[in-house]
Parts: sequence; C-alpha cells; structure tokens
Amino acid sequence: MELSGAEILVQSLKDEGVEHIFGYPGGAVLHIYDAIFKQKDVQHILVRHEQGAVHAADGYARSTGRPGVALVTSGPGATNAVTGIATAYMDSIPLVVLTGQVPTPFIGSDAFQEVDTVGITRPCVKHNFLVKDVRDLAETIKKAFYIATSGRPGPVVVDVPKDVTSPYIKIPYAYPDRVRLRSYNPVKKGHSGQIKKAVDLMLSAECPVFYTGGGVVSGDGAAELTELVRETGFPITSTLMGLGGYPGTDKQFLGMLGMHGTYEANMAMHECDVLIAVGARFDDRVTGKIKDFCPDAKIIHVDIDPASISKNVRVDIPIVGPVKGVLADMVRVVKGHKKRPHAGNLDRWWGRIEKWRGKNCLKYNARSKLIKPQFALEVLQKVTGGDAYVASDVGQHQMWAAQFLQFDQPRRWLNSGGLGTMGFGLPAALGAKVAHPDKDVVCVTGDGSIQMNIQELATCKHYDLPLKILLLNNGYLGMVRQWQEFFYEGRYSQVDVEARPDFVKLAEAYGHVGMRIENPTDLEEAMREAFAMKDRLVFMDVVIDPAENVYPMMEAGKGHHEMQLSPECELS
Amino acid sequence: MRHIISILMENESGALSRVAGLFSARGYNIESLTVAPTEDPTLSRMTLVTRGSDEIIEQITKQLHKLIEVVKLVDLSEGAHIEREMMLIKVKAVGGHREEVKRLVEIFRANIIDVTDTSYIVEMTGDGDKLDAFIKAVHEDLIVETVRTGPSGIARGAKGLAI
Repeated sequence: MELSGAEILVQSLKDEGVEHIFGYPGGAVLHIYDAIFKQKDVQHILVRHEQGAVHAADGYARSTGRPGVALVTSGPGATNAVTGIATAYMDSIPLVVLTGQVPTPFIGSDAFQEVDTVGITRPCVKHNFLVKDVRDLAETIKKAFYIATSGRPGPVVVDVPKDVTSPYIKIPYAYPDRVRLRSYNPVKKGHSGQIKKAVDLMLSAECPVFYTGGGVVSGDGAAELTELVRETGFPITSTLMGLGGYPGTDKQFLGMLGMHGTYEANMAMHECDVLIAVGARFDDRVTGKIKDFCPDAKIIHVDIDPASISKNVRVDIPIVGPVKGVLADMVRVVKGHKKRPHAGNLDRWWGRIEKWRGKNCLKYNARSKLIKPQFALEVLQKVTGGDAYVASDVGQHQMWAAQFLQFDQPRRWLNSGGLGTMGFGLPAALGAKVAHPDKDVVCVTGDGSIQMNIQELATCKHYDLPLKILLLNNGYLGMVRQWQEFFYEGRYSQVDVEARPDFVKLAEAYGHVGMRIENPTDLEEAMREAFAMKDRLVFMDVVIDPAENVYPMMEAGKGHHEMQLSPECELS
Repeated sequence: MRHIISILMENESGALSRVAGLFSARGYNIESLTVAPTEDPTLSRMTLVTRGSDEIIEQITKQLHKLIEVVKLVDLSEGAHIEREMMLIKVKAVGGHREEVKRLVEIFRANIIDVTDTSYIVEMTGDGDKLDAFIKAVHEDLIVETVRTGPSGIARGAKGLAI
C-alpha cells in the first residue's frame, strides 16, 4: 500500500484504534485535513479554539483511559494548544497532539505561522518529535502513542512539517506492531521485597492512613485499592486528582485532604503513624508546610515515577511500579500474612477519627435564602445519583464540587488539578460526552472560568453534545476574592466580574437551553427538568451567595492540624 | 557538593536542549557540560558538572533518567574516576616573557601549538585544578584569551558505561 504522508498519518491513527480526534484546520495541515475528508473511520470534531481541542482530547482521555488525540496547525495553532498540553502534563494524561509545521526548507526562516513548536512545548510534554522525513512518520506516531500511554502517562507532541504530508510523495505503508526504545523502559512490576516490607509496616501500624492520588485512577488501580483498603480496615483520604479511586460514599473514606480537604482527613494525616501514599506526588496543596507534614509517620510510597519519590517529602519505603500490580501484590501479601491489623488499635484510631468527623467540617448555613453553592452540589449529586461524569473548571466551585460530590467510580471526576487551568471544564466535558454519548456529563463551572472557553458551546451544538452546565454564579472571581478577604483585608482588587453576559440568552444564542435559578426551593425541580432534556444542552445559571467561602481551609504554609473551620462549624 | 555526572544518550537533535532545559526549568545549576558522539555514532556521551545537596543530586539524576533520550547515566563522584579537561590559552609573548612562558609550559607539561612574534597558544590537558594553577602562574596581563572544554570524566576500572 503506497500512501502520502497525510494518508499515513490518518491511517496510523486508525491502526492505533483512534476513533475521535479534536482539531482545528489551518495552512500547514491542509494535506492532513484532505486525507481526513476522504475517510470515515476517524471522526474529527471541529472545536472553536485550539485550547479547546486539547482540553477536549484530555477530557476524552481522562474519562476513558484511552489516549486523546488533538490536531492543530502550525504557529498560533500550536501556541494556543500549549495551555492544554501543560494541563495534561501536570496531571499525567495520555495525549498525542499533532501539530502542523511549515515545510522543512522554511524551518528557521521565520516563515508565516512558524514557531519552534518542539522548543516551546519541550518543558510541558513527556516527549516530542519533529518528523523531518515521511519515512519516519508511521513509526514516530507509534512511538508517540507508546510513550504517551506507558509508564507515567503524559502528552506527546508530534510536529509535522507540511512537505512531509505532501500528496505527491507516496511511499509503502505499514504500521509497526510495536516499538522498542532502548532508552525508555518503564517499570513493569514493583519490588517484592519492598512490598513485603511495606505490608509488615502496615500491619504493625496503630494509626495508619491511605493517601491516594491521580495515579490510582490513571493506573487503573481502583479495584485493587478498594480491596486493599477494605481488607485492612484502614481509613483512606484522596487528593483532588484521586477522587473516585475509592468509593466516595464508603464509610472508610475520609474525603479529600489538603488545602480544602476535610478536617478528619487532614487530622488523620497529621496524627498517623504509618502513611501509605499511592499514586500521589506530595503536592504543596496537599502537604501544606513540609516541616509539619505527618510528623510521626513512617511513609510508604507507591509510584510509577521514581522521580516522584522523595521529591518533596522523604519516604521510608519506596516502591516503584505500576499501582495496579503493586496493590494487587499487597492484597495478596496482606491476605497471606500471619499478622492481622490490631483490632483494638484500629478501633481506638477510628474512635479519634469519628470525633474529628463529628466536627462536621463541611457544614454550611442551610437556612439561607440565597442559594448556597454547597446546596446546589448536593442537589446535583441527588439528581444524577452520583453517576454522572463531572468536569469542573478551576476556583471555588471546583473545591465545593470536590467536597460535596461523591464519586464511587474512577474516571468520573475530570479536573485540572496540577496546572489549575480555568477554561478546562467545558471543553473537557465536551470530550467526555463524545466518549460517553449515553451518559450524563456535567460541567460544574464559575462565571470566571466559563468565559475562558465559552466558544465551545458552538462545538456542542455542531455535534449535538447535550451536556449539562452548572454555573455557580457569584459575580466574582471567587477564589481570588476569598484570598483577598482573608489575606488582603478585603481589598477586592479586580475580582468583581461586572458586565457578565446574560448566560440564558447566551446559551440560547448558541442554540441551547438556558435557565436562571435564583431560589433554593426551585433548584431541585429545575435541575430535574434540565437532566430530563436528554437531547439538549442545558445551561443552568445558578445565582449563588456571592459571599460564600470555601471551608475548611489550611492556609498556604500551615500544617494539616492548623485548619480554619467555617463559622457555621465553629458555632455548632 | 560538586558532582560529575556522565550520561549516555541518543545522538539526536534536541537531546542536548532537553538536558539544558531540564536544568534551567528546575533551577539546578550547570557548572560545565561537554558532549560528543561515542564510537557508536547513534550515542552521545555527555559529562555534566553540577552542585547541590544529596536530595537535589538525587532529583537531578532521576529527572535526567526520565528524559526519553537518556539511555544510561552514572554519578562518577560516587566512585573512583578520572577527570580531564583541555584548555587552549593565548598569551602575549614578547621580550623576557617569551622564555618565562615557555618555562611554565614545560613545568606544566603543556604544549605550545602556535607561535607569532608576540604570542603563543598553549594547549594543556589535566584536571581543573591543574588548569587553574597554570592560569594563576601566568601573569594576568599576559593572558589574551582562555578556552576551556569543561571536564570529561570516566570511571576507573574495567567496567564501562555502555548499553
């Protein structure tokens, strides 16, 4: 079979099993778009901004576990994609981003729409390639998918100059079954001696706690984790990225930890004597002040990436390996171990935890005449039965969603945890909906974030993607306002988002259904009505109490035991 | 502490900038860096000198390992090793200084590889301290320019860094 570079590129995607790509055409990728036009197997979703293409591919990947694919043109197409690439990089999401490039003879000449894409993206990709010869194209694509999806996943950029995709040069095509890179060999299995040591330590613990992160979700280790946690009877807390890795409704689950984590989760961290970290990276939003981090704990850390181990916090028993396999081994070792967790010690530990839990740290004023965002999320949980895919944006609404939605399954909670990218939510939800057309997909957003990629409402119309958008509208850039209230004596600098559009009319202008909800008593009915419209995108503009803050809060630079609780919680 | 890290990497365009970019992005310092292809033209050997606490050096080696093009690396400072650096130094050589510099060159077992009426180019190889000592020994007014390669390093013994 003789194919042109453009045909090779599209055929390689097909042979890789890619069904959907998200993209935006332009000069340097015209040959590729012509090849896309001539086939039907790979469906191209035309977004309205390249950032949206990458976030959509990212939402697709997070919600399925399969790599997301984006295609953009050279120059501004590539630079617009950078925020999406960096977002995926920080959260270890497998993406293959194909970027057009000016023809090879023009590279370096400051040609029209030329940027050094490989140079610009280098610090925020797992790897990138510039394909200079059409004969290297198929193998490079194979390598890109292999690197993106193996080991610690991440985005891979393949920069393809226009002449490499020329329709006039045809060469024999065969997609490689596999590639081998002598310089890249991700660990396949955890060290059994280390696993044994870890289990010995776990079973002699008096106050153990699991601290699990996004690695459990991306490493498909949720089932194994659940089994291990149930088998041991230990409490478990999760990072923002790890939510859904263990059933959120289970009684052993303490909720999220960290800056806006629950009181019980953070106190359990502070007081534990054995910490079992799985697929988590000791991010500053999780650890708080490093000096005060888990002061009495021996730390076990399971991670696929050796560089994550002892990066921020020194650990005692490192286990490098895929979480799924390591957790399965741990379950086996625990079950075969002569020692059981000490029931008396564990009971005492749970007794202390229940006391912390009794603080009811997420309590809010439920009698308010204004809609409280927490209440809106509780209603969402009720209406969806906890079964929806939820993509969030970044800010207060994100933290409330993490606190008040309970995810019993992995890959349901999609959010930009590491980079904190406002504007992520809508395109990510769009990508998830493409992957799961029969499921409820919700974008929980704020009036700041939604306006950062609102153009994707058109994409949703174009491809008939009936998302539900839950806008928690407080008229502020709320998280920044909260920090200005707490740490800048209420000097609200540039956070009052005046001249907001009429979101109902805006939704309608894009061909969708808009709703404005201002009264707590109307909320459930309105939301049920919205979700009943299965084939329409419904934009729920929910007007919330503008003064509401996210509690509890561990200020930056403080320890887990120094949380600030909400006024309602302190009163009770 | 000073560490000398030896890296075997794919001889591909962009590999060097990945290493350099890693150091600047993560705020590590590079004291010197030398790189050239090996007997196998698909591989390059890089010698990198850096400073940092044990924790930083551990992160540096782990992060270097993560680069897809890095095949192998070793922190030479962990064992017995040899370092050599080459220097080309152009010095003024007029009047009495001509003999003085020549004497120094002999003492340091260096070579004069270019001569004009008024200058010498001296080539010398050794560890960094030796080159420093030569620079110190030559009167600073006589030095026209100095070119140093930065150290290359290799571990002592029969074992090699190879794939």
